[in-house]
Amino acid sequence: MVHLVPLLVVLPLAGGFLMPLVGRLTGRRRAAAALPILLTAGVLALAVWLLLAADESLTYWVGGWDFPVGISLVADGLSRLMAVVVATISLVALVFSIDYMARFTSPGLYYGLFMLMVAGMNGVVLSGDLFNMFVFIEVAGIASYALVAFGTESDELEASFKYLVLGTMASAFLLVGIALVYNVTGHLNWAKVGEAIESAGGATLPMYVAAAFFLMGFGLKAAMVPFHAWLPDAHPSAPAPISAMLSGVLIKASGVYALARLVFSVFNGDPLLGWVLVGLGVLSMVIGVLMAVGQWDFKRLLAYHSISQMGYVVLALGAAAVMQSRGVSPAVVALAVFGGLFHLANHAVFKSLLFLCSGSVEYATGTRQLKELGGIGGRMPVTGACLRVAALSISGVPPLNGFWSKLIIVLALVLGGYYVLAAVTVFVSFMTLLSFAKVQRYVLGGEAPERVSRAREVPAGMCVASVLLAVLCFASSLMAVPAVRDRVLTPAGDAVTAGVRTGRPEPTITVDRDEAAPTAPRAAAVEPLRGGSPHPPREAESRAEAAAGTETRRAHPLARRAALDVGEAP
Amino acid sequence: MQGMSPIVKNITRVVAGFIVLFGAYIVLYGHVTPGGGFTGGVILAGGLALVVLAFGEEFARKVLTHEVAKTADSMGALLFLLVAVLGFAGGVFFTNFLPTGTVGSLVSAGTIPIANLGIGIKVGAGLFGVFLALAAFRRTTAGGKKEVDVLQSDI
Amino acid sequence: MTLAMLPFMLAFLLLVAGLYAIVAKRNLIKVIVGLLILDYAANLLLVLMGYRTPPAGEAPVAPILTGGLAQADDLAASAVDPIPQALILTSIVIGLSVTALVVALAIRLYEKYGTFDTDLMRNLKG
Repeated sequence: MVHLVPLLVVLPLAGGFLMPLVGRLTGRRRAAAALPILLTAGVLALAVWLLLAADESLTYWVGGWDFPVGISLVADGLSRLMAVVVATISLVALVFSIDYMARFTSPGLYYGLFMLMVAGMNGVVLSGDLFNMFVFIEVAGIASYALVAFGTESDELEASFKYLVLGTMASAFLLVGIALVYNVTGHLNWAKVGEAIESAGGATLPMYVAAAFFLMGFGLKAAMVPFHAWLPDAHPSAPAPISAMLSGVLIKASGVYALARLVFSVFNGDPLLGWVLVGLGVLSMVIGVLMAVGQWDFKRLLAYHSISQMGYVVLALGAAAVMQSRGVSPAVVALAVFGGLFHLANHAVFKSLLFLCSGSVEYATGTRQLKELGGIGGRMPVTGACLRVAALSISGVPPLNGFWSKLIIVLALVLGGYYVLAAVTVFVSFMTLLSFAKVQRYVLGGEAPERVSRAREVPAGMCVASVLLAVLCFASSLMAVPAVRDRVLTPAGDAVTAGVRTGRPEPTITVDRDEAAPTAPRAAAVEPLRGGSPHPPREAESRAEAAAGTETRRAHPLARRAALDVGEAP
Repeated sequence: MQGMSPIVKNITRVVAGFIVLFGAYIVLYGHVTPGGGFTGGVILAGGLALVVLAFGEEFARKVLTHEVAKTADSMGALLFLLVAVLGFAGGVFFTNFLPTGTVGSLVSAGTIPIANLGIGIKVGAGLFGVFLALAAFRRTTAGGKKEVDVLQSDI
Repeated sequence: MTLAMLPFMLAFLLLVAGLYAIVAKRNLIKVIVGLLILDYAANLLLVLMGYRTPPAGEAPVAPILTGGLAQADDLAASAVDPIPQALILTSIVIGLSVTALVVALAIRLYEKYGTFDTDLMRNLKG
């Protein structure tokens, strides 16, 4: 089964190379979408199977070359979760594109670039070393620069130019960071760099400088606030399914996922980096939502909300790192990580749905300005209903998925003692609710101005895609149920909190029930962490280890899976 | 883009073949000497661009068309992907499953020369396609201006 | 600040020069050139990290096997590190693709606006 891991990258890549040829055969007909949908459905099936069927993290050494010369593909819990999220949103965006792209020329090129972007994102979440991840970030990034400019109107060209320049700046910073890491540690593999930092007793100044460069680079890809300038121009100008892909998965796969890997798997949840993440998260949340409330362009408003919601996820992960190093109960740390990852998955679903609905509205009426819209709910019932579901999700209204993930994040912050952060989070939620109440009033309610009264419901393909995502908005709140959560989210959370420490199959320390139970009903429902070993405060232990001069007995989970390494297969 | 003077055309007829040959040499000897797929492909693209520059747009529209470039591009990429997937025959994705001979001889190193060939074709055709897209497509400039003052020294 | 640090200082200087060109110039083409300088400065930094100082008086050794497999161990000990060189090969190709794309964008923008001045293009301020 482990041999199927590279197929997650190979299948979309083959699609990307075949599509220009196929596109010439099909011309502008809708049949051009058949091959990409087939391949993406295959990738989704593979990713879901990997998520449900595999228990431990899989390391795949490409070409049979083992460490230290080999390149590894790592599919641990976090990677598998991200792969499923990417594949789901890609499939839905492709179904939406069948009808939406009928207005553009050269669908062969569009689908080719789309498949390359999917291949790049799958490569990012699967790669086991820094440089490989950089290459795949670039592959996905270049495909997305071209896709943003796909309509070649002046708006789109300018937005793509700005996006490209800023994105390439970020990549140059990433390269500098990689150069520094290579110089200091001599390795590029996540596991080995993490171990090198461990055995040096924590990060030294050169590594902090490298981390600063990485934070700048990945922070720009994730649209965190000092580096967000490209997003409000790029996401609105792109065609609607591409906006959904960009906001829904690209900023997560190449931004937030990479930040999580950096802080947890390489720097082992270093508290300084944790505080930086908390700072970035809070800034993004607050500034994103404040700028969103004043927007009158529908898609631009959604883009600013993307910045704000990504701030939630980064805040949760950063808070988890800080709490872990402070020695807060592992259950609370796991709760924070769980909240962040759950919100990541939820945001992919409802933000893509929002962008797809805005695309439907623009397809039918030709405008994106809120002041020119109104009464969509009456003219386009399916789109209107889906838009309402998505707006309620992002505002955090029960029983939709946004409510659960935001609640868990707030709860984790309160349990960890960060009352100010929790208050800020609640304030931002409230502002999000206000902003989407405005959207619903202007788009769905009110009376229909002239151009809306001529609008009709969008073609079937677009409706199907929107309804699929709306159903997922309800269904993914099921991920809070313990049975589903343990299958899907807990391995991802463990992969994050385990960090550089080993992930032993049997739990060695269980949750202190007396500590967690009286404070909140939610925390008591957290079972002993499966597969992860919660650890005593970091600093004392790493000093003890360095003093004893022992080789780190706790090998990195990624490097430790000798039994699964294919290099030893007969 | 019209062609150039007859002197350039005659010299190009002689030289272009050597350029393509040199590019092919760098691609095929990539596992022995420095070079390999990418650098050889760039030289190939340079030779093809020289031919189109010397003989003009008509040549690019009839013989070395953009369609040829796109097809060769995809073929090269698919060849590389095929080599990677066939690596499963050796047990692992992307293994070198053909026999590796002695170091330093031309027929050695298993699948690496084939991968180099795929990359060489892809890069050569791809860069040539980029050249055609940037320079040889018919386009209109805003206001019908024909010359482009790139540096525009007042800004 | 020994003399050995000089190449690294100069590579950082190039990095800053590229950043300045991107941020401060109004002409699209100059922004593109700044982007190129930035990218190549990062590549240069990565290659410089692989340098292995030879013993005093000798020349640095390039990592090319000219004497067959028997020479391999000696070469591994004394040659310049080839891994950063392989890494920047990939990175240069990436830079090439980005350059091709951004130049195509600039050409199309020129067709729409008739000028390369970013002050006259609506969205590109800032």
